[in-house]
Amino acid sequence: MLELSNVSKTFYPGTINEKTALSNLSLHLNPGDFVTVIGGNGAGKSTMLNAVAGVWPIDEGSITIDGTNVTGLPEHKRAKFIGRVFQDPMLGTVPDMQIIENLALAARRGQKRGLSWGVTKKEKALYREKLERLGLGLEDRMTAKVGLLSGGQRQALTLLMASLQKPKLLLLDEHTAALDPATAAKVLELSDAIVQENGLTAMMITHNMHDAIRHGNRLIMMNAGKIILDISGEEKKKLTKTQLLQKFAEVAGVQEETDAVLLS
Amino acid sequence: MTYFASLDILNLFSRMPSAIAQGLIWGLMALGVYITFRLLDIADLTVDGSFAIGGAVTVMLIMAGLPAWLATLIAMLVGIVTGMCTGFLHTKLGIPAILAGILTQFALYSVNLRIMGQSNRTASVRTFGMFFEGKTHGKGLLMSSLYINEALAVGFVLVLLVIALFYWYFGTERGSALRAVGSNAAMARAQGININTMKMIGLALSNGIVALAGALMTQFQGTADVNMGRGAVVIGLAAIIIGEVLCDAIFKKGCNFAIRLGFIALGGVIYYIAMTVILWLRLDPNDLKLFTAIIVTIFLAVPNLQARSRNSFKRAEKGAKKKAKEAQHA
Repeated sequence: MLELSNVSKTFYPGTINEKTALSNLSLHLNPGDFVTVIGGNGAGKSTMLNAVAGVWPIDEGSITIDGTNVTGLPEHKRAKFIGRVFQDPMLGTVPDMQIIENLALAARRGQKRGLSWGVTKKEKALYREKLERLGLGLEDRMTAKVGLLSGGQRQALTLLMASLQKPKLLLLDEHTAALDPATAAKVLELSDAIVQENGLTAMMITHNMHDAIRHGNRLIMMNAGKIILDISGEEKKKLTKTQLLQKFAEVAGVQEETDAVLLS
Repeated sequence: MTYFASLDILNLFSRMPSAIAQGLIWGLMALGVYITFRLLDIADLTVDGSFAIGGAVTVMLIMAGLPAWLATLIAMLVGIVTGMCTGFLHTKLGIPAILAGILTQFALYSVNLRIMGQSNRTASVRTFGMFFEGKTHGKGLLMSSLYINEALAVGFVLVLLVIALFYWYFGTERGSALRAVGSNAAMARAQGININTMKMIGLALSNGIVALAGALMTQFQGTADVNMGRGAVVIGLAAIIIGEVLCDAIFKKGCNFAIRLGFIALGGVIYYIAMTVILWLRLDPNDLKLFTAIIVTIFLAVPNLQARSRNSFKRAEKGAKKKAKEAQHA
């Protein structure tokens, strides 16, 4: 479903701030893969997701989504393949527009936007039903501005929005990091449900090792712009936090205490 | 005392119809400014130039014998082009929006002088007649200060038309996309919306409406001047802010988009009535811009100051001291 081959990206090349964010990175995702991504700060996790989303062009390599080579496509042209939820709950929705308008915008992700009504009657009923299933009471506030919602509500809404127009790939960039533990757990549960119901291929960045182990069918660990660990299937199911820290120490050759600080 | 005795209230009333007609034209322009200022969140300074070019193109085409309605339409198209110039500078060349607008406006001053060949031109209703008069065969001016009832009617109808157009367009898929760009560009991009295209459309539409207002003002006054657009953007902002403050005061729970737009047009009328009153008080017309700035400042500041007084550290301190005193007494 997703093929990254030998992708490299260096920020501020030729300056004192030069930073190799992705270095010859390759990754292949099968349809239905739900990959959790862990790694310390600056390991290249978000950079990888941004490369896939097309936030900026990569320096080398190629990116293919579901058979389409998207390496040369800008962000807005890749949008039809990709649903995204950001770390900052403010980023995924339009605060000045109604809940229903936000949903309608997302339902047309990557499609040509013409001069027919932005929200149709038929959609309203569908959205009400979908909102009801979130269990947040948003179905009774469909014409409320999204800016009035809490961070957790906005992330849940963003998740729903990302799934309205079924994406080839769902990118979750630490989307629970800004939420309190209870809300984060709810949003994670919702993410699982949405991925499963729609049979989505997804990548989720997290700093929480526990979550990384518990969710998804595959786990990758990044360091210095590379994937240093890739565990899936039965092996991942049996994985424990201690094992993960050990593996990290083996591969990255860093002391265990520092890893704990970096990763948990 | 003699000053007050010299003020003639009947004279003020007699000036009102003309003030309202011109206010409607400024209101129309404010609707154009609203697209960039509120929906796209861009302070577009092209407006001063595109208002004047609307007037300049209209006056020259009418003098050349074109029907006034056609001249107005062409002026509008030229206004759209000026908006696209700013859009090009901003989106393609990466110049900050505010500077892009200033550059276009600056260039338009020379362009407008070129168009008119001199700093002002006259196309009087006495020469060209009115649109509604049978003898002009529909070629005459759409508005004139000498035909005030017709001017009021035309101004009112055009304002309604533009509100209807906006209500429809900003409710469509594309219009919704444009609003999303102004409120959260990152989200819009992630939804596959081309930010640059939307900004271009917004700037073009905005300046088209502004040029239409310039074309009408020229016909109303029977003259176009290269300086007629000076300060237009501030007047537009004044109208928007006056309209919004009023609208929010009346509809505390928010209101329909069309009503909101109506209030913005009304803001233009109120602004111009205020200016008429100031002139009636025989204050120096040269001070008008100063008064405009003061009015805009007041309307911009009042909502902020109100919010701050309701939510200030001083108040918190006072409350805390009061509590402490009460505790002492008890």
